[in-house]
Amino acid sequence: MLATGELAQVASDSGFMLSRIQFAANISFHILFPTINIALCWILVFFKLRYNKTGDDAWIRVYRFWVRIFALTFAIGVVSGITMSFQFGTNWPGYMETVGNIAGPLLGYEVMTAFFLEASFLAIMLFGMERVSNRVHTFATLLVAVGTSLSAFWILALDSWMQTPAGFEMIDGVAHVTSWFEVIFNPSMPYRLAHMVLASGLTAAFLIAGISAYRLLKGDQKRSVKYALNFSVVLAALLIPLQIFVGDLHGLNTFKHQPAKVAAMEGVWQTERGAPLLLFAVPDEEARTNHFEVKVPYLASLILTHDIDGEITGLDEFKGEHPPVAPVFYSFRVMVGIGMLMLLFSWLASYHFSFKKRYPNWLLKSAVVMTFSGWIATLAGWYVTEIGRQPYLVTGVLNTRDAATTIAPENIAFSLTMYLVIYGFLLVAYIRTLFVMANRAVHLEEHNPKVLDEQNHLPVEQGAQS
Amino acid sequence: MNTSIDWLPAVFIGLMGLSFLVYAILDGYDLGVGVLLPKDSQQHRDKMIYSIGPFWDANETWLVLAVGLMLIAFPKAHSIVLQALYLPTALMLAGLILRGVSFDFRTKAPSKDKQKWDLTFKLGSLLATLCQGYMLGRYVTAFDTSLASYMFSMLSAVCVTAGYCFVGAAWLVMKTEGSLQKRSAQWALWSNRLMVLGILAVCIANLSIDPIIAEKWLGFPQVFVLAPLILLFVFIFSTVEFYLKKVPLEDDLGCWYPFASAIIVFTVCFGGLAYSFFPYIVPNQLTIYDAASSRESLLVIFWGAVVVLPTIIGYTIFAYKVFWGKTSKLNY
Repeated sequence: MLATGELAQVASDSGFMLSRIQFAANISFHILFPTINIALCWILVFFKLRYNKTGDDAWIRVYRFWVRIFALTFAIGVVSGITMSFQFGTNWPGYMETVGNIAGPLLGYEVMTAFFLEASFLAIMLFGMERVSNRVHTFATLLVAVGTSLSAFWILALDSWMQTPAGFEMIDGVAHVTSWFEVIFNPSMPYRLAHMVLASGLTAAFLIAGISAYRLLKGDQKRSVKYALNFSVVLAALLIPLQIFVGDLHGLNTFKHQPAKVAAMEGVWQTERGAPLLLFAVPDEEARTNHFEVKVPYLASLILTHDIDGEITGLDEFKGEHPPVAPVFYSFRVMVGIGMLMLLFSWLASYHFSFKKRYPNWLLKSAVVMTFSGWIATLAGWYVTEIGRQPYLVTGVLNTRDAATTIAPENIAFSLTMYLVIYGFLLVAYIRTLFVMANRAVHLEEHNPKVLDEQNHLPVEQGAQS
Repeated sequence: MNTSIDWLPAVFIGLMGLSFLVYAILDGYDLGVGVLLPKDSQQHRDKMIYSIGPFWDANETWLVLAVGLMLIAFPKAHSIVLQALYLPTALMLAGLILRGVSFDFRTKAPSKDKQKWDLTFKLGSLLATLCQGYMLGRYVTAFDTSLASYMFSMLSAVCVTAGYCFVGAAWLVMKTEGSLQKRSAQWALWSNRLMVLGILAVCIANLSIDPIIAEKWLGFPQVFVLAPLILLFVFIFSTVEFYLKKVPLEDDLGCWYPFASAIIVFTVCFGGLAYSFFPYIVPNQLTIYDAASSRESLLVIFWGAVVVLPTIIGYTIFAYKVFWGKTSKLNY
């Protein structure tokens, strides 16, 4: 009897772990694409408006090159997103059973207000240039941008609610809403939304900079390439200080509402005053201490409490209730480190653009190396925030463990393997295709924008419809 | 719980059913077009994919809405149904992922890879349709674990695929001309016949498996509704068959007819299934009233839906109007 019980326990443990890995893989893969597109779409609106205003062909060429990348990114984002809506029920049934009254309407509004808007007007944005007026086309682009942002708004409202729940009461173990305003605009929501939107802006800016620099290095001297590079460099230079500022506010907000997460980010084991900032360390959860610390005295207290002698609550006060320390600790350092590199690069590049009017080769090469730096920073940031919420799925309300499925672990192992293979394959195909598209654009002559088949190596068929 | 608003579960099952039906018709045609992609003609393949290019993304969103509504309004049903269908769901998602990305990769990847992406598109579509048919079969047989039930689900997989091929081919009859249109008429002809067999099989199985459902259809006086439906089907199938053999008619007269008839057939079949199962959302296990979330939350989404759904339908019609008429090459 006991043996069967233990066996069942082992099975449910491995099912739980596999579900977690699968969800982490899904969400990590999925987020790469919206992270680009939330901002890229507004950037496209900007390119289109520049063209409308100046009539300069180069702007419409920038638009058309990047709208194709937007479309590809969008397609992968959509299909990888569908997977997640299925997993709530299959792998985390306890989630909807406990907080469905809150998560349901938020997800429902996302689908109803954002998905259809994006998907319907995307077609007009992509293929409608010849079929609708220029004004309607610009408007369609704008609506797609509004759609992607609305989507981000609802999802971040829900995610933030899971971090810092508010506006509800528990009746018989089920959450019921008392104030929708408090649910949506919960304490961490404005910070998380701003942080994510800026992250998207930086990710898109570095992607545009990287691909444009690659084209320049390949000898592509077209004006459109330079416009894109200059624009993205300046955008990044403006956004990064803003992001550091918002990130700091977000950190203070987390310190107030989720002290265990901040303790893990900073590697603070015992409550202390005047805590040092650890530049590097190896957290050891068994010994509940850090090894190899490289630190700046007092700085963590100063940043988090704006007081050199401020108190930071240590992990030991949350025994059994705090997240795994090492992944949160390291991810945080990766995110901040890349942020610093972004600052350095974008300011140097802006300096060269503004005063030297040309970019040195080493700078262009750095831009290519940093093409996907936004992805790494965003992923690292999400790991900090999501792993940092553990062991809870909804802070203080629902333990991750209690939401897990009873599906046979073999089945989850199968689906997980399948997703990993597909994701790996798509990631390689995506990155490769971006550079293929860049290479192809290098060798294209400047066209009259009215000839719309440029970059489109398809047999040209004349449709019967005029 | 406030009983005065207990109409909400019925409204939501209606909305959910409508979303599934719209999904089956809309994504049905583009999945069908994907399954039909021929190996022998790049030109035909390009044209077929252009015909669905502006639409597939919005079409697929209806699945997200349908499953989303089930998750939101009937969370217990969502977890029972999808846990029972875990593996076919995962495979279907793999199919949808591969299909959705190939559409974009085929024009952007190196030209030499284009054929491979077309094949991925076809196989992805096929995998998704087979899985959907299989899932329908499992659902209809109430997730029964007998061999007969699995065999039935396999049959259902083939027949749903035939149904999607029919609506896809009918779409192509409407949207294309020349050699591709004639070819599409041929595809529509055989998939139409296969779909008829499928519908018959599902009806017989359904009536013989479950006495309650049999009573719902064959009891008195309901049986009198059945007779005109059968007549309607006989009329539709024979006229479609007759029409398809004549394609193309002068001035392309009635090129929309097979597609319109597909919509009617799908709607009637779907309505029939819904009638058979109501008020159960998990057959024989769980009714919509037991599965529904808190009425207060449903009300919040209900008011949103009242405002948003007509807007969605409005701009969907706008999008179809923009791309109205015979398919031409898609340009960025």
